[in-house]
Amino acid sequence: MSAVAAPANPSRNLLNLAGIAILLLGAFVVLPLVGSGYLFDAILTPFLALSLAALGLNLLTGYAGQVSLGSAAFLAVGAYAAYNFNLRVPGLPLLGSLVLGGLTSAAVGILFGLPSLRLRGFYLAVSTLAAQFFVQWALNKFGWFSNGNSSGVIGAPPLTVAGLSFDSPVGRYLFSLAIVTLTTFAAWRLVNSQTGRNFVAIRDQETAAKVLGVPVLGTKLLAFAASSFIIGVAGVLWAFAYVRTVEPDGFDLDRSFQILFIIIIGGLGSIRGAFLGAAFMVVFPLLLSRVGQTLLGGLFDSGVLENSQKIVIGSLIILFLIAEPLGFSALLDRLKSRVLPRTRPA
Amino acid sequence: MRTKTLLRATLLAASLGIAAALPAKADEQYFPLQSYRVGPYAAGGTGFFGGFIDYMNLINIRDGGVNGVKLVWDECETQYEVERGIECYEREKNEHAPAGPAAFNPLSLGIQIALIDRSFTDKVPIITINHGQTATSDGRVYPYLFPLLLNPPSETSAIITYIAQREGGFEGLKGKKIIVLYHGSPYGKETIPVYELLAQKYGFNLQQIEVPHPGNEQQAQWLTIRREKPDYVVLRGWGVMNPVALKTAQKVGYPADHIIGNIWSNSEEDVIPAGGAAKGYIAIITQPSGTDFPVLQDIIKTVYGAGKGNLEDKNRIGSVLHNLGVVNGILNVEAIRIAQAHFGNRALNGQEVQWGFEHLDIDEKRIAELGAAGLLQSIHVTCADHEGKGAVKFEQWDGKKWTVVSDWINPDRELLWPIIRQGSEQYAKEHNITPRDCSENPS
Repeated sequence: MSAVAAPANPSRNLLNLAGIAILLLGAFVVLPLVGSGYLFDAILTPFLALSLAALGLNLLTGYAGQVSLGSAAFLAVGAYAAYNFNLRVPGLPLLGSLVLGGLTSAAVGILFGLPSLRLRGFYLAVSTLAAQFFVQWALNKFGWFSNGNSSGVIGAPPLTVAGLSFDSPVGRYLFSLAIVTLTTFAAWRLVNSQTGRNFVAIRDQETAAKVLGVPVLGTKLLAFAASSFIIGVAGVLWAFAYVRTVEPDGFDLDRSFQILFIIIIGGLGSIRGAFLGAAFMVVFPLLLSRVGQTLLGGLFDSGVLENSQKIVIGSLIILFLIAEPLGFSALLDRLKSRVLPRTRPA
Repeated sequence: MRTKTLLRATLLAASLGIAAALPAKADEQYFPLQSYRVGPYAAGGTGFFGGFIDYMNLINIRDGGVNGVKLVWDECETQYEVERGIECYEREKNEHAPAGPAAFNPLSLGIQIALIDRSFTDKVPIITINHGQTATSDGRVYPYLFPLLLNPPSETSAIITYIAQREGGFEGLKGKKIIVLYHGSPYGKETIPVYELLAQKYGFNLQQIEVPHPGNEQQAQWLTIRREKPDYVVLRGWGVMNPVALKTAQKVGYPADHIIGNIWSNSEEDVIPAGGAAKGYIAIITQPSGTDFPVLQDIIKTVYGAGKGNLEDKNRIGSVLHNLGVVNGILNVEAIRIAQAHFGNRALNGQEVQWGFEHLDIDEKRIAELGAAGLLQSIHVTCADHEGKGAVKFEQWDGKKWTVVSDWINPDRELLWPIIRQGSEQYAKEHNITPRDCSENPS
């Protein structure tokens, strides 16, 4: 968790950069050449969208220490706002709608972040629940948000950027990947700046931070704004690139919990934790489901299989958190320090 | 040692070679099933998909497939969740190449909605019997979506028509108070504007109340109902919401015979858990329950006789949802048969099966041949109308079984098509789709 304040270690930084470069090369160049439509549409695109959402929540909860249960609401705000900007502002490019969707979500985030000035911990979590219920209620109640569709359903516009169409499985994946890469880079810059250190100071000891001259109130609201901006953008990806026709109930409390579990399992207060956690929560159940179906599909009906998978995943999560409460990110650090003994983890 | 390894490697290579050289089974028509056997809607999922599988098994065992083409399927558990449904769809749409899937049959409006966009590129029919997003009935805009038999507005209109019959004609509806209790999902909300339109037209007072998903908490809603004292309550539920509604109605003293259930609130699984509270409850149906129909007798004899029946609880054979699954099987198989007559007796691809569904025309004579007289009504799907003009009946639960209490009722489709077209044209405009000209290929 203290990776944020890690002292600069040139060789380690270089190694990290090389690793990230290889990862990006693989994601942008190699995967599109070898992957199948199923891989992009059913696994990687939702994985990217959820990773980004988890990254947003990690800024708020992992770095700034403000617990939130309203992530799905901010996903919904981003998605519906981008949809409406796209629909109602003629000539607005898709990326413009995406940014405006994120900004709307940030504005709503600040509004629901106001209680954080007085409340902490569980009390704050309960007040962010209000966002969860309010947003779903509003989207259902006012037909304007979904352009008069009676069941609140919106359809994604075609994914076209500067005349280039991204409406294919690879295209949607690359579109999401580009947005996620850019946003992750921005988030990385943020947590390594003075503001990022202020986040951590507030998380670790609010009073001490105040004594040191950290503007506590402003920083908290900024954390809410940055977090919900990123989650809003993730919501646009979820709605436009993955599901493509969404309804308000797709953004329910279960989704908020899912995102919270992702950062707990991946590692609080670490950027890659969001990605590792999302991989576990998105890809692993699918893997288990397919393996179970192939090996035992003939013996049991799908209901029995599904329930046993739930048990397996649940027990794995519990076991894992007992063995490594700091999440996958810490596990990866330990592995790295074993393999590369000279580059001590910070 | 080395020879042993070599031998092993050769054997492995040989077996792989044989596996690769085996011809792909071309004469199999593949039905991917996005089913659910766990979760709050499991009773619906097991009944419906059980009936569908039983019928496909019957065709395979009794007839050796459809004109020699065997039916195959696999199940992918969705738990009624949209994301899982998408994952299943993306996985299954690539299987059994080159023909690929014949049709998807998700029993979930949420999943169907997420697939609307995909249907344009993947070109595989998506069948949503008795449900589906209202606008998708317009085949001009949605060529691959088929809300067969009954779409939500037709269902709504039929319910109001039935209430009017009980009140001595549409005049009798004036000033009456009707409360619609709907499931908090896209499915539940689908009919809100339709009820509003009908209330305006016939002059009854309308109030629509949401029950949050999955629906096992309804105290507040029924207290409102007790206060408002409506003449009728329409139950637009699914799964666990229905028995809870009936039990809570009994608690607040609302009479069950003034509660009218919609098409997804009409099964044995909805009333049996409610026990005595369900006695007198009335619901709409497109197909009656019971095992007296020859096709059901065949299923019991041939499929269950061979130990291949899908329902674990044999008492559920012939239940409303099982019979709906059988009806769904009949419609899918007949679409294949019609398409085969046009394209040849072989495994067909999605586009060819779509043609079959678009020319689905089953009259009473054919229904009798299928052994489904009284189970299925005549249906005529066209390029423009993907619903197929179904009629409905109403049934009443006497505590042990359903009894039909009405004649066939035809929905007021003249009134409703403008709503359907309004929705589909809005979608077409948002997505730059030019509706097909259906007058060009008369069907």
